[in-house]
Amino acid sequence: MRSDGALSRFFDFVEDGVREEDYRISKTSSPARLDTDTPENRWLVTVQNSETPLSARFVNWFSKKGVALFNSLYRIAAVIICFTLIGVLLAVVSFLPAFGSADNPAVNEVVERYVSKSVEETGAVNAVAGMISAYRGFDTLGEAHVLFVAACSVIALLRVDPSERRHGRLINPDMLGEDMDFEPNGDPILRKSAKLLVPLAFIFGLYVILNGTSSPGGGFSGGSLIGAGLILNSVAFGFKRTERFFGDEMYHLVKTICLTLYALMMAYFIFMGANSFDDHIWLGVPGGIISGGLIFPINIVVGLEVACTMYCFYALFRKGGF
Amino acid sequence: MAFVQNFPFMTIVFSLTCGVFCAVLRGKWAKRLCLAWLAVTFAMSLSVLVYTLKSGGYYIYRMGKWDAPWGNEIRVGILEALMASVFSGVMLLSVLGGLHHIFEDCEAEKTNLYFTMISLLMSSLFALIYTNDLFTGYVFVEINTIASCALVMLKSSSKTLVATTRYLIMSLLGSGLFLLGIVILYGITGELLMESIGAKVQEIFAQGEYSLPITVIIGLFSVGLAVKSALFPFHSWLPDAHGSATASSSAVLSGLVLKGYIILLIKIFYRVFGLEIIVSERVSNFLFLFGALAMICGSIGALRERDLKRMLAYSSVAQIGYIYVGIGMHSDIGMTAACVQILAHAITKPMLFICSGGFMDVSGGHKGMASITGAGLRDPLGGAAFTVGALSMTGIPFFAGFVTKLTLTEGALETSTPMMVMALGAIAVSTLLNALYYIPVIFNLFTKPKDGAYSSLRARYTPAYAGALTVFIALNLGFGIFSQSVVDAVSRGLAMFGI
Repeated sequence: MRSDGALSRFFDFVEDGVREEDYRISKTSSPARLDTDTPENRWLVTVQNSETPLSARFVNWFSKKGVALFNSLYRIAAVIICFTLIGVLLAVVSFLPAFGSADNPAVNEVVERYVSKSVEETGAVNAVAGMISAYRGFDTLGEAHVLFVAACSVIALLRVDPSERRHGRLINPDMLGEDMDFEPNGDPILRKSAKLLVPLAFIFGLYVILNGTSSPGGGFSGGSLIGAGLILNSVAFGFKRTERFFGDEMYHLVKTICLTLYALMMAYFIFMGANSFDDHIWLGVPGGIISGGLIFPINIVVGLEVACTMYCFYALFRKGGF
Repeated sequence: MAFVQNFPFMTIVFSLTCGVFCAVLRGKWAKRLCLAWLAVTFAMSLSVLVYTLKSGGYYIYRMGKWDAPWGNEIRVGILEALMASVFSGVMLLSVLGGLHHIFEDCEAEKTNLYFTMISLLMSSLFALIYTNDLFTGYVFVEINTIASCALVMLKSSSKTLVATTRYLIMSLLGSGLFLLGIVILYGITGELLMESIGAKVQEIFAQGEYSLPITVIIGLFSVGLAVKSALFPFHSWLPDAHGSATASSSAVLSGLVLKGYIILLIKIFYRVFGLEIIVSERVSNFLFLFGALAMICGSIGALRERDLKRMLAYSSVAQIGYIYVGIGMHSDIGMTAACVQILAHAITKPMLFICSGGFMDVSGGHKGMASITGAGLRDPLGGAAFTVGALSMTGIPFFAGFVTKLTLTEGALETSTPMMVMALGAIAVSTLLNALYYIPVIFNLFTKPKDGAYSSLRARYTPAYAGALTVFIALNLGFGIFSQSVVDAVSRGLAMFGI
């Protein structure tokens, strides 16, 4: 029940754009929609025409001409603001110290210690792994949970219960249902190349994860390779083939175990470190596969979690579930 | 190191794990786990508060083996512990108060995800309160953004989807600007730890080079976090998102989520730039101006609204304005007023939203002003709680809102004349407008509807709903009556908040 004063309507419009009610007013008050042949309707039309208040006519005019005017002004303003922001940011970039130069302020004692002492302190030859999983491990724990919360939100938005996939909440059940059940399998070129590439993707992903402490890579990059392998597998052979070994339950199981282990490891590490206790973590042999102390298991759990998340996004966007 | 000092990090990390478990449990068990954990975090935060009050100082907690510029750290003082205790307590009460709505509004299969989002949101709020590192702040801002959008979205209707989309776009815009600010700041200082950046920024500012980048950085931080906390010109997403979500979501989003970003902004102002630079860049003047505008325009918006929840949402816009006016006064008492307002609003607005959920129950699910006529008679406890909340928002003595207005007025008297006139004017007009839209609602709630609509409906007092409202009422009165000790604690906390 909104009040109908012209000023109030104007403010409503400025804030919310055209509302459904306004459309209804303009539709019902337009005489063209009424059949004018019957006497009752003729009377109705006359009443409507003569008694349309000024405010309603103003709204009518505004919803026809004013909206277009407002929208074009709005667009022009948006473009101007965007270009101003771009200009200001470019001006700022010209002030910034040169990237990679020796007197760049980012080259300070922090970076120096990461580069020179990473092997000794974290046991990881790959200084980046040492930095993200050990020195700043807390940030990375948060980052892994960003992926988790994103996956959960997509599940909340897109997951369709298999039993109600054909009815229930869907807007146009027939079309969406068919689109969901459609699987593009049977393409020989795709199948042959997938047969070749999927095992390679898995093996390479595993290699990147396991070797993450001593060479470039780690959990995030290796996990996305495995995730890509899973997606390629289901594109070529259909979801059923992938679901034989990786379905809904497997996803939840892997994800829960990985994230819980990760949080527990980080909690142990932080607790011991903060209280200056000896944490008894064996750093391993730098350069070997098992090295870097907690970085090695962290890489594995992060890798599995990232692979799960990637496949989960694909499956949800593709057919609303696993 | 006392064992209590470990609690802040435990509340952050294990809240994440609690969220992970909630995602695989059935709705009922997820609810139990989440509520139990929220109660534990509340107890932990409270004991940290007692510890900091006793020791009378702050402590730095090293997150791992390495000291701060190399590793991460969190910083716990009186103010942080106070915020954490209030936030976890309010989170627990808000979830309890809207518990049966959560199960009615979410799809049965996805109820557990609601509690996942609540746990992750709690974790990110703790992290934003305690963090001493800009990048850690950003990581948890991301979690906060996504989780709060999901909380709106989980009530499945077309309205909430549209509201979530708007909320997500605006919120991501804010995150993006904030991230750009961090990137440029890292470019010119090479540090991420707040104190180290602070020292470098003072140096750079004294030298006079990089004056444009510093202005732009402060602008990016302020605009980014102002968009996320719905300061006046950027508030357009708020009424839809907060007005259409389920009762608990509205309560949590309005009472806590908006404040998390403001706490981060206050931290940046205090520790990264220092108040002098903020004042000399005139950012505080802008924040003051927009805050004052928000106080009036938010109230006008609420006055024109005929839908209870949207009215409360517009009222949040006005109340956020109070916080920014306090920040914009760039004095210690102004900042104290801002922090007191954060706390006062955090315990008042969730109560009002929980009540509005209860009124919808006894009004056939409608939330228009005409439908809720007499709802206070059908749901007396909700009516009483709403009355307390409304009086508090209006600023009647012995309620929480009065403390803010008093402190803010004290702060206004200390500022320069034009600012004082503006601040006092804004407070006066806003208080008048608050009374104009809250008092009629109270009368409306306790008027018997003429047509006897919904007269057969009676409120279902589950222990959770009744208990939450009772505690909320007690909290509000306690805050109003023992205000001096709260204000003292806040100003002691603020004194040790800076570099």
